[in-house]
Amino acid sequence: MIRFENVSVVYGDSDGEARTPVLDGIDLTVPEGELVLLVGPSGVGKSTLLGAVSGLVPHFTGGTLRGRVTVDGRDTRTHRPRELADVVGTVGQDPIAHFVTDTVEDELAYGMESLGLAPEVMRRRVEETLDLLGLAELRDRPIATLSGGQRQRVAIGSVLTPHPRVLVLDEPTSALDPAAAEEVLAVLQRLVHDLGTTVLMAEHRLERVVQYADQVVLLPAPGEAPVTGAPAEVMALSPVHPPVVALGRLAGWSPLPLSVRDARRRAAELRDRLSGAAPFPPSGAPSPAVRPPAPTRTPAPAPDVPEARPRPSGVLGRLLRRRGGAAVAPHGPASPGAAVAQAVGLGVRRGRIEALRGVDLAVAPGETVALMGRNGAGKSTLLATLVGMIEPTSGSVAVGGRIPHRTGPRELIRQVGLVPQEPRDLLYADTVAAECAAADADAGVAPGACRALVGALLPGVPDDAHPRDLSEGQRLALALAVVLTAGPPLLLLDEPTRGLDYAAKARLVGVLKGLAAEGHAIVLATHDVELAAELAHRVVILADGEVVADGPTPEVVVSSPAFAPQTAKILAPQPWLTVAQVREAL
Amino acid sequence: MSRAHAHRGGSPYGPNAPDGRPASAKRYASSPVPEPPNATAPTGSSAPTAADRGHDADGLSGLSARTGAPVRTGAPVRTGAWRARLRAPVADRANALHAGAWWLWAVGLAVGASRTTNPLLLALIVAVAGYVVAARRTDAPWARSYGAFVKLGLVVIAVRVLFSAVLGSPIPGTHVLLTLPEAPLPDWAKGIRIGGRITGEQLLFALYDGVKIATLLICVGAANALANPARLLKSLPGALYEAGVAVVVAMTFAPNLVADVVRLRTARRLRGRPAGGVRAIGQIGLPVLEGALERSVALAASMDARGYGRTAEVPPAVRRATHALTLGGLLGVCAGSYGLLAATGASYGLPLMAAGLLAALAGLRLGGLRSPRTRYRPDRFGLRSWLVAASGAAVAAALVWARAVDPVALHPGVVPPVAPALPLWPAAAVLIGLLPAFIAPAPMPAAGPAPVSSVKEPNQ
Repeated sequence: MIRFENVSVVYGDSDGEARTPVLDGIDLTVPEGELVLLVGPSGVGKSTLLGAVSGLVPHFTGGTLRGRVTVDGRDTRTHRPRELADVVGTVGQDPIAHFVTDTVEDELAYGMESLGLAPEVMRRRVEETLDLLGLAELRDRPIATLSGGQRQRVAIGSVLTPHPRVLVLDEPTSALDPAAAEEVLAVLQRLVHDLGTTVLMAEHRLERVVQYADQVVLLPAPGEAPVTGAPAEVMALSPVHPPVVALGRLAGWSPLPLSVRDARRRAAELRDRLSGAAPFPPSGAPSPAVRPPAPTRTPAPAPDVPEARPRPSGVLGRLLRRRGGAAVAPHGPASPGAAVAQAVGLGVRRGRIEALRGVDLAVAPGETVALMGRNGAGKSTLLATLVGMIEPTSGSVAVGGRIPHRTGPRELIRQVGLVPQEPRDLLYADTVAAECAAADADAGVAPGACRALVGALLPGVPDDAHPRDLSEGQRLALALAVVLTAGPPLLLLDEPTRGLDYAAKARLVGVLKGLAAEGHAIVLATHDVELAAELAHRVVILADGEVVADGPTPEVVVSSPAFAPQTAKILAPQPWLTVAQVREAL
Repeated sequence: MSRAHAHRGGSPYGPNAPDGRPASAKRYASSPVPEPPNATAPTGSSAPTAADRGHDADGLSGLSARTGAPVRTGAPVRTGAWRARLRAPVADRANALHAGAWWLWAVGLAVGASRTTNPLLLALIVAVAGYVVAARRTDAPWARSYGAFVKLGLVVIAVRVLFSAVLGSPIPGTHVLLTLPEAPLPDWAKGIRIGGRITGEQLLFALYDGVKIATLLICVGAANALANPARLLKSLPGALYEAGVAVVVAMTFAPNLVADVVRLRTARRLRGRPAGGVRAIGQIGLPVLEGALERSVALAASMDARGYGRTAEVPPAVRRATHALTLGGLLGVCAGSYGLLAATGASYGLPLMAAGLLAALAGLRLGGLRSPRTRYRPDRFGLRSWLVAASGAAVAAALVWARAVDPVALHPGVVPPVAPALPLWPAAAVLIGLLPAFIAPAPMPAAGPAPVSSVKEPNQ
């Protein structure tokens, strides 16, 4: 169905200096009706390969494509993307960028209108697709009001209606909560099984998708030839692999299990070996949650008393060290356990929607809390309230003894720092060096402090690199360094692992563990259950703006079908969360 | 007898009542408490009433209670049942009012408003438009434009009055309110005056004039708030479709740009910088533009990949004919309008213009052949649409006629100033404009949850 014959792609001028090709010598055949998964670390050209199928590379992105790509017998050199539209349906990483119209029904019809299908056919297919994807109740809704999972389903539906024979998806589940991801994957599987659609997709979160794949194509490194094979074979040698595979490799299972079900069948013996041992807690320092005994309203401390705090020198250790407990909450004698942040009966309304309702949350120094819950449950709203971007409509919130929304930004960044979901929003300058200088000035610290942090978090990034040219993980590290420059005792991260490959994620986990060990309190809103299992001491689950579960990670996560990491599901009655814990115990 | 309790969707059959049964069978709702049996009505049919969600899009017209208000329980059977049946259906895709109908209605009100300077009549027109907007607007972003246009209207009035005060006006007047120092101007600027006397008559005239312009603007705002711009563009001829898409994309672009600005301003706070101020705008500007550019490239790629701009093979003869007709037609229109406006040549102006228009339309039609596009569920111009459009036209016609018959009532005297009175018949005619508030399909009471977080919104 899709054939790549000796394809190489080079961006930039072909006649200029010799640039390293993004793809080189790719030979690949995707048979009809298969679900093929494209894996590899970030920056190996997965998106370029996907774009080449729909003809967007090179017709839209520029660059030079050598070799031949044919889809259903049509050569992409002679067919522009619009002429392939009836054969290939493409959904990019960001569904928002994909939408042309403003309501669900129109969006589903758009592609068919372009192809000139008869009105009766369009009507019938829209109805079928609404049912197939479970979108029937949303048909009249403006797309802007949909949640992330719904948008992804609409995006897939919008390319399904013209009945393409090939579906190309770039990270379809990365931005979704576990349940919504399951939903989308179920739809894809149905398409492959029932309609014989060929699906080619790239995805970083292998733990979600690898068991559905018929074939895996591994791009090991930029410019290297792809490795193609059955999922279990490829996973055995892939540098990127999900926890279930890591556990399988650790236990020496062969063939490797790809799904929790396969692994559980083999895991009896492993469970026996582990039954004596007890898992060590997630990140070394057991820091039990300090929760307020009763939601007593603490008197609002005067926000206008600036702290006399030691200015950090260039030494990294001192940079990262939190400024002593006394500076954290000097005004809040009533706040129990010297919580870095405390919300009591917090409520937030947006128009007529109650985004948060009666949320109680206390975060102690050195504690890592994972906020989980489906898209739109209020995680980001809670974070935004903690940094004072949203004023609560009821209840109270205090961070470092101050009320965030009444504290000036200059003062606030020394109490709390937020890395937003799109780290790029924090970066204004056009070089890394300029960004660091600005961060030093903003935080009022000695010049060079931020640069030292960048050096530690992100070794080997040149001063003159443009933040836009950095990879997703590098950009996140830069934003993190900028936020840490002011040395806030409380660090908030919104969906930090979106778009990160396993290596970048492991680096991030290392950095955050280090910060927590030094006494930073960390709150992260995430859909990534593996990340939460590895990092968090405590998990708070939000649903419809309310806290529905709050407790130590093993307690909350092990029993939940949606939020349990793979290791926990495989070794179920025993409270193991990560492969690292198992490795340690063996 | 059972009295009609026509609560909205209250009966188990409520909104989904099978339609198309005879009216007599639909008239009665089963009341939870049976009334004393002094009934004259047939009791055998305690069938569901409220055919709320309508297949009767084009089937009925007439005034009814405002949707949402339960019909009074004590109402006699007949009236209650009729009201339930006549109530406007809940709007959905199938019975949506044609966007053009809203514009025709608003243009009708605007034409009416342009025929009078009576502030009471104009205020009545604004009130009518406002009531209809309040009754029938949706939660869509463009529905908020009515308020914006009202504010714009107030600004227009203020500017008009201010200019009249400062620059003077040719209106003679005797009630001098204030004398400003007059700036001496050279001879060649004789017609212009800066400062000087300000008379009450002059201000009154400016005020009336300002109110009239403001009313016209508000009528446009009402159409904007009620008609979905994307649907309106769907009604364009095929040859203009691509231009229409450009406009729609541009229109969705502006709100996205605003959202970006808001997001980046809040992000500035995270860097410890104040969110307001001129410097903030400067620093945010570049990332906002970068983001906008990126988004438009992504959108263009997506549209291309979904078949936007596919063309059908057209024989060269047809292509040439299209060009000739369009070009010739436009030239004809130009020459014709020149002939109409010039002092001489009115004789050939009209036919030339008509011929030019016809040729241009034929050209558009032929040009449409090149685009293989089809349309998905275009809005139909049904009975309700006609009625809405007609109500606007009626207001326009009534005021045009009233002006011819009784110009004094529609233009209250300025010199000398006379207290304006509300002319009865024209005012009653303006009230016809309220019809859409009762017959247009009512929007859903509450949409689903709004976007949850401004911080993460753009990435989801």
